[in-house]
Formats: sequence, C-alpha cells, structure tokens
Amino acid sequence: MTARRLDHGGRINRAHPLSFTFDGNTFRGYKGDTLASALMANNETVLGRSFKYHRPRGIMSAGVEESGAIVTVGRDASREPNVKAPMQELYEGLSAEGQNAWPNVRFDLGAINGLFSRFFAAGFYYKTFMGLPPFEWGHGTRLWMLYEKLIRKAAGMGSASREPDPDCYDHVHAFCDVLVVGSGPAGLTAALTAAEAGRDVILVEQDFELGGDTLSDPSREIERAQLVDALAKAGVRIMPRTTAFGLYDHGTAGLLERVTDHVADPADQLPRQRFWTVRSDATILATGALERSIAFDNNDRPGVMTAAAARSYLNRFGVLPGQKIVIATNNDSVHHTAVALASAGADVTLADIRKHGASDLPADIELREGVAPLKVHGRSGVEAVAFASASGNNWSAAGQTDCDLLLVSGGWSPVVNLSSHRGAKPAWNAELACFLPGLTNEPIYHAGSAAGIWEYEACKASGEWAATAALGEATAPPQPGGWSTPIKPLYEVRLPEAKTKAFVDFQHDVTGDDVRLAQQEGFVSVEHLKRYTTLGMATDQGKMGNVIGLALMADALGKDIPDAGTTRFRPPYTPVSIGALAGRNVGHHFKPLRRTPLHDWNLKHGATMTEAGPWHRPWYFAKTGEVIDEAYVREASTVRKTVGICDVSSLGKIAVQGPDAAEFLNRVYSNGFAKLPIGKARYGIMLRDDGFVMDDGTTWRLGETEFLMTTTTTNAGKVMVFMEELLQTRWPDLKVHVSSVSDEWAAVSVAGPKARATIAACLAEGEYISNEALPFMGVRKITLANGIPGLIARISFSGELAYELYVPAGHGAAMMDLLWPEAERQGGCLYGLEALGTLRIEKGHVTGAELDGRVTIDDAGLGKMASTKKPFIGSALRQRPDLLRHDRPQLVGIFPKNPGQTFKGGAILCADGEVSGFGEGWITGVTHSPMFGHWIGIGFISGGHTAWAGKTVIASDLTRSEDVEVEIVSPHMYDPEGVKMHG
Amino acid sequence: MIRIPCPFCGTRDHSEFTYGGDASITYPALDAPKEEWHDAVFLRDNICGPQLETWHHVHGCRMWLVIERDTMTHEIMSVRPANPKLSALFEDNSEADQ
Ligand SMILES: [Zn+2]
Repeated sequence: MTARRLDHGGRINRAHPLSFTFDGNTFRGYKGDTLASALMANNETVLGRSFKYHRPRGIMSAGVEESGAIVTVGRDASREPNVKAPMQELYEGLSAEGQNAWPNVRFDLGAINGLFSRFFAAGFYYKTFMGLPPFEWGHGTRLWMLYEKLIRKAAGMGSASREPDPDCYDHVHAFCDVLVVGSGPAGLTAALTAAEAGRDVILVEQDFELGGDTLSDPSREIERAQLVDALAKAGVRIMPRTTAFGLYDHGTAGLLERVTDHVADPADQLPRQRFWTVRSDATILATGALERSIAFDNNDRPGVMTAAAARSYLNRFGVLPGQKIVIATNNDSVHHTAVALASAGADVTLADIRKHGASDLPADIELREGVAPLKVHGRSGVEAVAFASASGNNWSAAGQTDCDLLLVSGGWSPVVNLSSHRGAKPAWNAELACFLPGLTNEPIYHAGSAAGIWEYEACKASGEWAATAALGEATAPPQPGGWSTPIKPLYEVRLPEAKTKAFVDFQHDVTGDDVRLAQQEGFVSVEHLKRYTTLGMATDQGKMGNVIGLALMADALGKDIPDAGTTRFRPPYTPVSIGALAGRNVGHHFKPLRRTPLHDWNLKHGATMTEAGPWHRPWYFAKTGEVIDEAYVREASTVRKTVGICDVSSLGKIAVQGPDAAEFLNRVYSNGFAKLPIGKARYGIMLRDDGFVMDDGTTWRLGETEFLMTTTTTNAGKVMVFMEELLQTRWPDLKVHVSSVSDEWAAVSVAGPKARATIAACLAEGEYISNEALPFMGVRKITLANGIPGLIARISFSGELAYELYVPAGHGAAMMDLLWPEAERQGGCLYGLEALGTLRIEKGHVTGAELDGRVTIDDAGLGKMASTKKPFIGSALRQRPDLLRHDRPQLVGIFPKNPGQTFKGGAILCADGEVSGFGEGWITGVTHSPMFGHWIGIGFISGGHTAWAGKTVIASDLTRSEDVEVEIVSPHMYDPEGVKMHG
Repeated sequence: MIRIPCPFCGTRDHSEFTYGGDASITYPALDAPKEEWHDAVFLRDNICGPQLETWHHVHGCRMWLVIERDTMTHEIMSVRPANPKLSALFEDNSEADQ
C-alpha cells in the first residue's frame, strides 16, 4: 500500500495543519482528519497486531465497524485503549500507540503465536487448559485460571491506565417528540420533515460532521449543506459526536456524547463525555449500512479494506489509499468508488464475481468478471492478489494481479442493532443478501440504508416516510433495494481442502475454519457458536463479520441463513466508558450522605465520625492523646458513673396520626398498643408478613389520635414504606396518616445516674422531671430554659436512668449549648456509637446487627412480648413449626474463658473440638466492657444460653485470628433486673 | 428503563418507583390460619405476559399503584391507585370526562 495525500480535494482544512504522534514518531495531519486518515496520508500501514496470532493489521474501514486499526490514545492517567482510529478525530498533539505488540507493531515478538496457529483454533483455550491433568474439573479449573492470566497477557487487548480517571463525566436527561439517529440523506430528511411539522426533534450523529455517506460524495455537497442549514433553522437539536448506543423500553434511548475527546486542551469546566438519557415519543433509525468483507486467505493483511472506506479516504480526506488497486465486489455499490479512484490517478482493476456482459465503466478501469479474491500475497502489506473463479460448487485458481491495495465489497449489512435491542428480530432478505430490520409494535421507524434502501433519492424519500410515520400518519413503507444488477451472495472463497487463514472476525481472529470446527464439534446453535469461537464478541461486536460467520455456519449445517438464526444484538452499539456510566456518582458522591442537625456541633466538640449507612455519626469523642479504645471505654464508664450525651437524631421518626392510629399500631406491632395511655412510650417490635422481625423502636403517644414512632436508623425508610403499603393496599378503611418526620427533630440521649439532674438544670421554670412527674417510659412536651420547646421521653437503651430529648432540628445546637455545660459540671461526657455499642451489648439490647432478617422475636429472646390476645402482622406465620423449634439459634452473651483474651465480631461459635462448617452460632458484636473489665460479646447460638451452660465453646475466626475459648451467658449481662433505669 | 404513568404525577422513570409485588394477592385477615398466610406470602405464579403488580412512587407522591404490565414486553396496560377508594374516584372522574 502506497497511500499519499492529494494536494487538493476532501473536507480537510489544509490551512490548519496538526501534528501528532504514533508509537513515538511525529506526523502531520490536518483539521478535519481522523487519526486513521492522517496515518494513511503518512503511509503508516501497520497499526496494530491481532488478538491471538499477532498478525499485522491496518486500516480496514472508515468508520465504527473498524476491527484492524484499534489503538490506544492519550497518555498516563488519560490513556484510552481500544480506540478505533477511523472514529478518533485528529487534534494537535494527539498521542497514539499501536496495541497488542511488543516491542512495537512492526516487530512484534508475539507474532510467533502465528507459527503455532493450529493450537489456537476454536475452543483451544478451553480444551487445552481445562483438560490438563489431573483431569478433574476442580483442579483443572484452578489450572485454567492460572493459565488464563498468562494467555490474557500474551493475547491481550490494549491496557487501560491503572491510575484514577482524571476526567469527569456528566449525566444529562432530555425529552423530545422525535429522536433521529444518523444524519445521512435519510436522517437529515427525516429530521427536517418532523421539525417542519412542528415536532421537537433531536438528531444524533456519531461522526463530527453531519451527512453520513454524502460526506464522501462531493457532488452532493451543496444539497447536504442546504439540508443541514435548514435543520438548524427548523430548531432541530443537533448532536454530533454522539452515539445512540442503546434503545430501551418506552421510548428511552441512551446516548454518549464525546465532548472533549477531540480537543487538545479542553476547558476545565467541560466534562469529557456526557451520558444522555433521552425519552422520545418516536424514534427514527437512519443508522445506515456497513459494508461486509469476504473470507479468503490473508484477507486481513494491511492494505485490504472495504471499498466504501477507500471512497471516504479519497473524497472526504483527500488521501489516495493506493496506487495499483484491485476492487473485488459482488454488488453495484463500488461503481462510484472505482471511477473516483481512477480519476484520482490510480490504476484500477474491478473484479466482479457477477457476469454483466456489458460494462459502463470508463476505459481506464480494467474489468474482470466472474472472479473473486482467493489469496493475498505479501506479509505486512498487499503485493498481489490471486483470483479464483467459481465452477459448480468449487473454486479454481484464475490467475493473479500485482497491486498494493485490495478493496472488498461483500455486500451491505443494514445497522439493525438498535431495533434489535428492542427485541425486533432482524429478517433475512435473500434477494438483497442482508438482514433487514425486524417488525416492532413500538414507534420505531427505519429509514435509508438501515432499511435496505441503497440509492440516494430513495433514501431521502424513506426519511420523509419515516418522519410521517413518526407523526402518526401511517402509510406503506418504501421498498428496499435499488441496485440495477442483483447482488450475488459471496461469503468465502477457497480452493477445496485448502488450509487458509480466512478471517471472519478480524478483531478476535476467528477464521472460517474455526466456524467449521465448532460445527464439527457439535456447536450447532448460533448462540453457542458465537461463544465457543468468540465470533462477534470483541469490542466491534462483529460489525464486519457476523453475517459471514452465520453464512458459513448455515453452510456447514446445510441450512439456509434464516434457519441458522441470528444472534440478538445487545447494547451498547459501541463501547461506553465506565466513567460515563458512573457520571458524577464517584468519590464522595458515590452514595448519598446524611448529616444530623448536630453534625457541626459534634465536630466542634471533638467528634470522630463514622459512617452508619448513609449517615455520618459521632464514633467517639477522644480527649487529647486518647485512641479509640481508650475513648469509648472512658465514655461508657462515664455514662454508668455520671452522665453522657449521645446524638441519636438519625433514628427514624414517623408521625402516626388519625382516629384509627392506635388500632393501626396495634396491628403493626407484635405487642399491644391499643391501650397505651397518652403521655407514655412503649418499646415495640414489628414483624414482617413471614413472621421474622422487621424492626424495633419506641412509640410515644402524644395525644388521643397522635403518636410518634421511632425506628432504627437503618430501617426508617423500609418501615415507612411498609406502613404506607398497609394503609393504601390492605387497610384503606383505617383513618390514619403516616408521615416521616425524621429530619424535623434533633435528638439526644442523656443517660446515666446524673441524667435527671443534668436535664432538670436546663428546663424552663415550672418544668419538672422528677420520678413522679416523668416516670419510666413517660413522655411529655417540655420547654428548655432558653425557651426551646421539645419532647422528652424517659427511655433507656443503655440500661441507665436515661432520657431522650427532642427539639426542632434548627434548635439542636442551642439545646446542646445548654445541656453540655451542665453535663460537664456533673462530670459527664459526650459519647459516640462505639460507647453506645458497649452499653447496649452489656445490656443485651438488639440492633440491626442482630435483627438481620433471619431472626424471629423468640430468637431475639423477646418472644414473651408478642401478644397472645390479638393478631398482628406476622402473627400467623411466626407459628410455623420450624420457627418454633427450641434448638434455633438464640440471643446470648459471650464471655472469654480467659478474661485476658479478646475475640471478634463475625466469628462463628462451635462446640469444643468441633470447629467445622457453619458452627453452632455466630457473634454479632463485641466490646471491651468497663463494667466487667474484660471483653464481652453478643450473638446467637443453637438452643440459647441454657443449652450451653458450663460448656466450653470455641469462637472461631478462620481468616483473621486464632480460636478463642468462650463461655455462653445470658444476653442480659449487666443489671439484668433493670434496677438502674427504673431508679 | 420503563416509564410509568403515575395517575398523580404523570409519566416518570421507573427509578422514581420501587417494585412492590403481586397485586393479585388478597392478603388474609390477620387472624386467618397460617396455611392461608403461607399461600398469600409464598405462592407466586411466574407469569410470562400481563401481570398485576404493585409499585410505590417512593420518590414522587408516595402512592402505591396497581399496574398491569406485560413481563415479556414491559408494555404497561393500566395504572391505578392501589387504594380502592381512590381508584374508584379516578374511575368516576374518567367517566365524567367522557
Ligand atoms: Zn406519583
């Protein structure tokens, strides 16, 4: 191949030269070039190495179907592997590298794989390495995993950067009446027709210029420019450099807009790409057609490309791709190409497998009829092509011609991918030798060559038809076709019994022999064939080769193509970067973050925060020099000795209001709520329909028809949703309204023997919280000394005398400014989640770690709470025999045998000497207990603590630490009678 | 991605909703025997075609909806409020419109 830039012609801007590098060498191109056209202009022919055999590969197309010139673009953290060179717009300073070659694409040591190519036939990996001794699946699989790594290295694709992606990506949402995909003559006409009918139209084009095929046809330029101009005037939203990569339900389309991939020095505020979700009432697919190759020996050599590609490089980019050119075809579409190349000064031979008898070609084009390419001679370029002619069912050699470029047109495949995403099964058209778009009931319309319509004016007419159909005016669709001489189907050319390297899927190195081998080995379904040979599974998804593979498969099976079937296309049409999928949802924005109203106050007072679901909560409040273990132990003992204050604002809070509120709660909770007096709180447990525990918390009766329910932090949303479901779907007769008020309140727990004194000192005059005024589980409205109104409930999670104080969220900090100095005077402290955990483990109180969805109310040791006098949610199914078994794992406390030893949450509990399997139970939480002076834990074990009294149990943590001997005790480890909290 | 025409909010992306479950189930009375509850909670048909299901417009109006959806094609045939009283109101209104 001896390509060169012509000094005139094309759409490139010769006044705007650009310099770029490929494999470290500097080259020159022009604005308007793609990386492929610029490399071709510089006569760079070997741009990559193939996947398995490391064969040299060059440019094969001028578009999205490219499976040869696949390169890595960019440096360092911004490296983007597997970029199709014909799709990469050239910019100043662009840096690209060939892939899958070491040390470089011209001299690649990996090419030695080609000498052993028979070992790399279809299914080779599986057969060889899975079957290695000792011939057992388990061991073989392990070996396979080892070998796979080595193979991947030798037969790799481009490698991505291992650094974090420095770019940002946006997600954008849009709506329109009509979405038009593709801007060839059909797409432009469709968009204009719909827009002029008053519809809101979005036109998407993956190229950086509008026009599709007409960009390679200078004779249509004036008309193209007029159409584009009219579109803008008609208010069409035009999106170049944007790929519609998938169609989804109900008119939703996924688009990827490449915002700065073509810019040398992008502005800081711009994202690299935008990921669009577009909802349209109708979709017009003017996605064009892709030219197919033909399988013959060495059909992958650099210098073999599609005929349309040569026309594009010549007419759009002003590059004459070869000097002595053979065009091999089985259809009419190459005519213009042949003429254009000849008039640009090339020596052109047209090899048409069809026999016309007469030719309207110019005299300087040599026509050879009835022949097809059999083999390409030359190693890293084309030196000659040998022909074959068909005789009966066989081929026989028919001479050869020296050339430096071989253009192949094996027919055209309409791009039916997007409607196939919607389940519209493409239908084989034998006359046109291609799959046409399948039928769909959805408002999706195909126009132009995507519908198998080949000629320019007919494409425009079909665009107009599609727009009319999209506007809801149904007429019969135009007929496909348009060639004067019918196509002669041609998929593979080879002499009988010849051993060839005739590629079907270039990117994955799948040959015609591989397809036949797979068939011989019993892979008769096209879906199996695809997976076994990996045909069509590379980043190009077989855009050039799928139909050939299918034709060869059908041939091997002795079937027609439609009977062999086609595989369904799935999104994305072209690769979408992970960064675009993630958008801004990375780093801190990966998940929502919730802060309590006391967040800033906590930080100001020395809190170290931790994540609890989406919440940031104080973990501990370290004094100078303290580490976490010292801090939480001090905090927990201070609560037991004097007083501590803990932010509990994240608890779920739900207002339950209405005349039937009490009845509703009585049905939802397993224990009774119907007779809860006004001014009282009650601890309640709610179950799911299936009888397992859903959540627990206290509910306060504030009035005859008004309750405040609290839930665990984790389950606040779930409980709310469930109650809404019950009220709307099952019990619509109940007059109850629920609303989430979690964010309305700032809440603290004040716990410890000095809790009452601390709070009492902060109350407005005339407010009392003596044992008589506010007994255990009492609730009252209250006013603080600084006038802040709030609620107080005498509730204890820690087992101490304790209160929960609620004030409107905005007054949270003011409440703390009042409470905290008083608590300090009492010798108290602030405490965080870690100390909260210590206090509740000492008491054997359950949290989400215990109530994990597999635990019944009996397992949690709270079975006595469940009412026997009334039915409630879950009351029926908690009576299932297996849930009533006494040997179910039940809540227990855990002490180490040797008080000096520690053990870990997550360890399994096993009988002494029987550490195996899942054990007899598990540990859900551990802490150092200041009250006991050693580590304690909480967890579950079969039969509960009475079954294990006096027995040694092993806490086994297989991955992190050694086995520890423990004893099982009652979960109520500290103050089991509850003397302190009632005091 | 499917789009759901919420009777209260208009057509919205399914990401605003959460799937509930089989809307053809009538849950037994709370004091019904556990066998009845077993059937209601655990027995489900695996329907290929139109099925009744509940969806919650959790990031919208928070209403529970009953949707008839084809599990093969995702076509949505009908949407109504799950609350039968509200649903009846909607039907009255649509009749009045005609
Ligand atoms: Zn809604």
